[in-house]
Parts: sequence; structure tokens; C-alpha cells
Amino acid sequence: MNAKVSKKFSISELVMKLVRHQLFIPIAALLLLAIFNLINDPSFYKVTLGYSSTGDPVLSGYPITILDFGSELAILAIGMTLVTAATGGQDISVGATIAISGSVVLRMLCGPDGRAETMQMPIVVAFLISCVVAMLCGAFNGVLVAYFKIQPMVATLILYTAGRSIAAWINNNRLPIVKEESFKVFGGFIPGIPIPTPFFIALACIILMTLVLRFTNLKLYTQAVGINESSARLNGLNPAMIKFITFVILGICVAVAGLIKVSRLSTINYSVVAKDIEMDAILAVALGGNALSGGKFSMGASILGAYVIQFLTTTLYKLEVPSDALSAYKAIVVILLVVMSAPTVRKWFSDLGKKLKAKASVKEVG
Amino acid sequence: MKKKILAVLMATAMVFSMVACGGKADDNGLIKVGIINNDPNESGYRTANDADLKAMFTEANGYDASFAYSLKNDEQIASAQQFIQDGVDYLLLSAADTAGWDSVLKDAQKEGVQVILFDRTIDADDSLYVASIVSDMAKEGQTAVDWLKGQNLAEYNVIHIQGVMGSAAQKGRTGALDAEVAANANWNLVTQQTAEWNAEKAQQIVQSVIDSGKSFNVIYAENDDMAKGAVAALDKANISHGVGKDVIVMGFDCNKWALEELLKQNWNYDGQCNPFQASYIDDIIKKLEAGETITEKVIIMDEKGFDASTITQEDVDKYGI
Repeated sequence: MNAKVSKKFSISELVMKLVRHQLFIPIAALLLLAIFNLINDPSFYKVTLGYSSTGDPVLSGYPITILDFGSELAILAIGMTLVTAATGGQDISVGATIAISGSVVLRMLCGPDGRAETMQMPIVVAFLISCVVAMLCGAFNGVLVAYFKIQPMVATLILYTAGRSIAAWINNNRLPIVKEESFKVFGGFIPGIPIPTPFFIALACIILMTLVLRFTNLKLYTQAVGINESSARLNGLNPAMIKFITFVILGICVAVAGLIKVSRLSTINYSVVAKDIEMDAILAVALGGNALSGGKFSMGASILGAYVIQFLTTTLYKLEVPSDALSAYKAIVVILLVVMSAPTVRKWFSDLGKKLKAKASVKEVG
Repeated sequence: MKKKILAVLMATAMVFSMVACGGKADDNGLIKVGIINNDPNESGYRTANDADLKAMFTEANGYDASFAYSLKNDEQIASAQQFIQDGVDYLLLSAADTAGWDSVLKDAQKEGVQVILFDRTIDADDSLYVASIVSDMAKEGQTAVDWLKGQNLAEYNVIHIQGVMGSAAQKGRTGALDAEVAANANWNLVTQQTAEWNAEKAQQIVQSVIDSGKSFNVIYAENDDMAKGAVAALDKANISHGVGKDVIVMGFDCNKWALEELLKQNWNYDGQCNPFQASYIDDIIKKLEAGETITEKVIIMDEKGFDASTITQEDVDKYGI
């Protein structure tokens, strides 16, 4: 009898441990979605190998679509996680900055009149220039937040409202179109490789970020600043500088995502490109179980969160939910997440756990 | 002290320049028009529309035109009041919103300012304006659907990508297709979803249909941007599209780049949404100045539909916006 109870006990402890683990929320959400789709229509997981017009193998199917579109979100989630951890706030200008950096890429490639038949410079150069511009946008946000102590959401509201107009201004409100096929590689497929390129770009970003977190003090410092700014300063850190750096890193992420975005269509529409993507990026961070108020973070959980969000989006598209209603469904997820992570609810849960434990021990004694 | 003198000087300069402005608007045989439009940066349509108006209402053509732009109704109303005070002869108006124009148009009537609406109608008594020059979105949709019907496919499996729900363009262009699908057994909607004029959303919708393995042979997108997004998804899955290919691609608005796609036979059809109202307005003003009366209040512009197999480079240059 006694042995049985203690065994039960250890199982419940194990469960509690699992539940407390940061990866629990994104993995649970992933499983929930996966099981739902399996029951609803198993053909969701069908992946077929086809051939592109140039004869190269390409994979297609819902899982590939998730990998494809989830990757740009994962790249943004990397930067957003750092900003969230260091400042305890979020950057809502991400979509508008993507419009700016995408516009810069096209301005560089298509020339001043936007009608050039051939690319005016190597894509790498155009991308690096857009990187600089996106980093400047990040730096602008960073200066406002770090040095002028403006709330991140308010500070980034400036670019959120002005960004798309700036993007249109960069190209004189023309819609440049890149006519060369080689530009489509970043949002499409590398010839000979059947998995969409964005996945590899995201992978490269993830590896790079892992190395940076592993071999520098970036993680320690951002967490220290996020948890307690003044004690971080007392320990010799420069909180303003660290906040500033996180915004600049987010700027790089934005430039990468912007390149993928414009590559998908070889053109841009200033008013709708990457619309509402900042909400998805923030949601990815939240779904990763990271506190939106800053402090400790798990990069892996955020990235997984990003793919889970795209899983949800793709599922909704499959169910033919009108795309103007998508945000309503995502709102439900946000509400659930926020309520779950609210201190009062957490306390209620832990009290419940304690009560159950107490009951069990009483029984044991009895 | 220096500052004070400077201030006085500047104030005098300003007063003089204002007088100069006021004096310039004297009667010199030109017809004074005040033009209220939406922001030309709003879309390619609006840019073309604004350029067309600017080319028509010049001093060389006998007009003294002032322009005011806003996407906000209240700002537009304020500029209308300003124009009426300035004593314009004609007020040309593309209203941001249909409501709220009654009182200012009544003022215009009192002052003897004739009002001509273009592109957009308003909810006001039609005695308050002399004419309204508009596009008939339902007719645009009907022209497109008639063209599609003329392709004589054995079966129509249509992916219908809609604009922002409730907008005039969406309602008109959807209505014609819906009616045809309801009337014919061999017309099916594979999916009917809004992509809110957004190319990326259109791409994801078409991607989702391709992933599901459903078959389709027509993409009916309610503007060029969304058609482009749809085509991006087709290209990725290596589904051929265009003249004589597996999937018929249809768009609206006649952007120049879209007509070029037609010319290359990558798309099949593009419906026009005519932004060139200036010549119609000019006609009306000429008639009014000659003392004629306008019998038809609502003037619907001619709008074309372009077929990829018959389009020419001249069409692209002339009608592309």
C-alpha cells in the first residue's frame, strides 16, 4: 500500500516538473494541434515530392508550408526574445521595419526608376545595405528606449505608424519588380534541394545565435538587466547599452525576414507587407513561456513557439477560416496564455497543488 | 530689440504675401475648380487618378485648379468649406466616406458652387450635386465573368480570392461570380476567402488549396496584387498558368506590371477599374458653361476587360496605371 502511494507521488512530481519546464507550453500546444489535425484529416501530414519547372526536386504539403512560413517568424522571434528579456517590453514596429528594409533591397536592385531589367548590384550588397538601414531603425528604437527611457511599446509606435510611409518614400511610391529568377531563391527553393530556403536561413540564424549565446555574455547580461536593472548597474553592467544592443540585433533579424518577404513575390506592397507580423512574433515569445515582463528567457522555446504559431495559422487556412478572422483565433490563444501566466492564476494553481499534496499526505497518515 | 524688429518685419512680410495670394486669384477668364481627392499615395489607382486630373485641369485648358488631399472625411469637409469660401466655380469631390456631406454641400448650393462627384458616391440628396462619375463594380465583375464563361471550359473549379469584405469593389466583383456559380452546375467554388487585398494572404490561401490536393483551373482574384500572390504559390508548386495552360489567372485594376504579365501570357484576364475621370468631368463643365443642363446624374464610365490573347503593347501603355 505504502509503496503504491509513494510511486504515485513520484509520478505526480514528475508531472509537476514537466509542467514547470519552459518548453512545456509550446510542446503541449504543438501536440494539441498535431492531434487535432490527425483526427480531423490525416492527409494534413501528406508530403509529396514534385519537380519544379527547372526539373529540380521540391517537397510540398502542409508540413512544408509550416516550415516555410514559420521560418521568417522564427527569425523575428530570436530578436524579439532578446528585446523582451532586456527591456520587459516589445517592439511593435517589426512589420513596418520589414517594409522599410524590403523597400531598400528593391530600391538597390531595381535602380531609381524601379524598372531595371537586370539587377543593379549583387543581392548580397543590397541585403547588407538593407541590414544597415534596419539596424539604424533598431538603433532609433533602442536610443528612445534605453537612453530616453520611453516605454518600448510607445517608442516603437513611432516607426509602427511612420514606417510604411517611409518605405513607400524610399521607392518614390513606385512598385519595383525584380525580374530575375535568381532573386526568388530566398523565398523559394535552392536548385537541387527540396526543402524551402527560408528554413535554412532560419537554421543559420539559430546556429549563429546559439554560438553567440554560448560564447559571449549576452544571455547573462540581458537577463541580469531584465531582472533588475539597478542591481545590474551596481554589478558594473551598462543596462542602456545592453538594451540598445538587443534592438540592433532585432534590426538584423528584421532585415533577414524582409529579404525573405520581398523574395517571395519579387515585389512589395508597402501598406500590407508583413502586416501584423509583430503580433505573431510577440505571441511566439509568449508561447515559448518567456515572461513578457522581461528577465529569464529560453531562445529555443521562442523559436518552437514561432513554428507552433505558423502551425496554427496553416491549420486555420486549411479549415478555410476567413483570413480576416485569423487574428480572432490567435487572440484566444493570447488570452489563454496571458491568463495562465498571470500571478493570481499561478498562485491559485500552486495553492491547489499544495492542497492536493496535503490531502494525499493526510490519507497516507490515516 | 533686434528680435522685435525682425518679428515686425516678418509679420509685415507675411501680411504682404497673403495679400499677394489673395490678389492673384482675380478673375482672369479661368474657371476656378477646387478638387478634393484621397491621398495619391493610397494606391496605384489613386496615383493615376490624381495625375489624370492634374493633366486636365491646367491653365492651358482654361482652369484655375486647387487641390486638397486627405483620407479623412472631416479634413476633406474642412477643405470643401475652404474652397467654397474662396469662391470656386466648381467643387470636384472624391469623398473618403459616404456620410456627413449634407450641410457643406448645402452651403455650396447657397454660394452657387456646382458640385461634381467622381469615383465615389455619397449618401446625400442628389439635388446637391450636378453629376457623379463612377465605376460600376458589378459591371466590372459581370464583364469578367462573361469573359470566363466565354472560355467554354467543361468544368469551372474556381479559387475565389476576395478583397476587404464590404468594400464596393469586393461586393461588385463577388456578386457576379456568385450568381454564375449558383446558376451553373459545372461552376464550383473550390474556396472563397478574403485576402484583404493582400498578396501574402492570397499566396497562403492558394498554397493551402494546393497542399490539400484539391483540383482547380481558375483563379479569380479581385485585384492584381492578390492575383500576383496566387501566382507565386502556383509557381512554387510548378502548376502552369496563363494562356493555354492548366490554370486561368484573372485580376482587376490594370496595373502596368499586371498588363505586362498578360502580354507575356502568364495571366489570362485583367479587368479595368477606370481612374481616368478627368475627361468626363471636363465634358460636364463645358456643357454647364455653355448653359446646357445635365440630364443624367450618374455617369458610368466605360471599362474594359483585357484578354491576354488579344492585348497589345499600346493597351499596356495606354491603360496601365
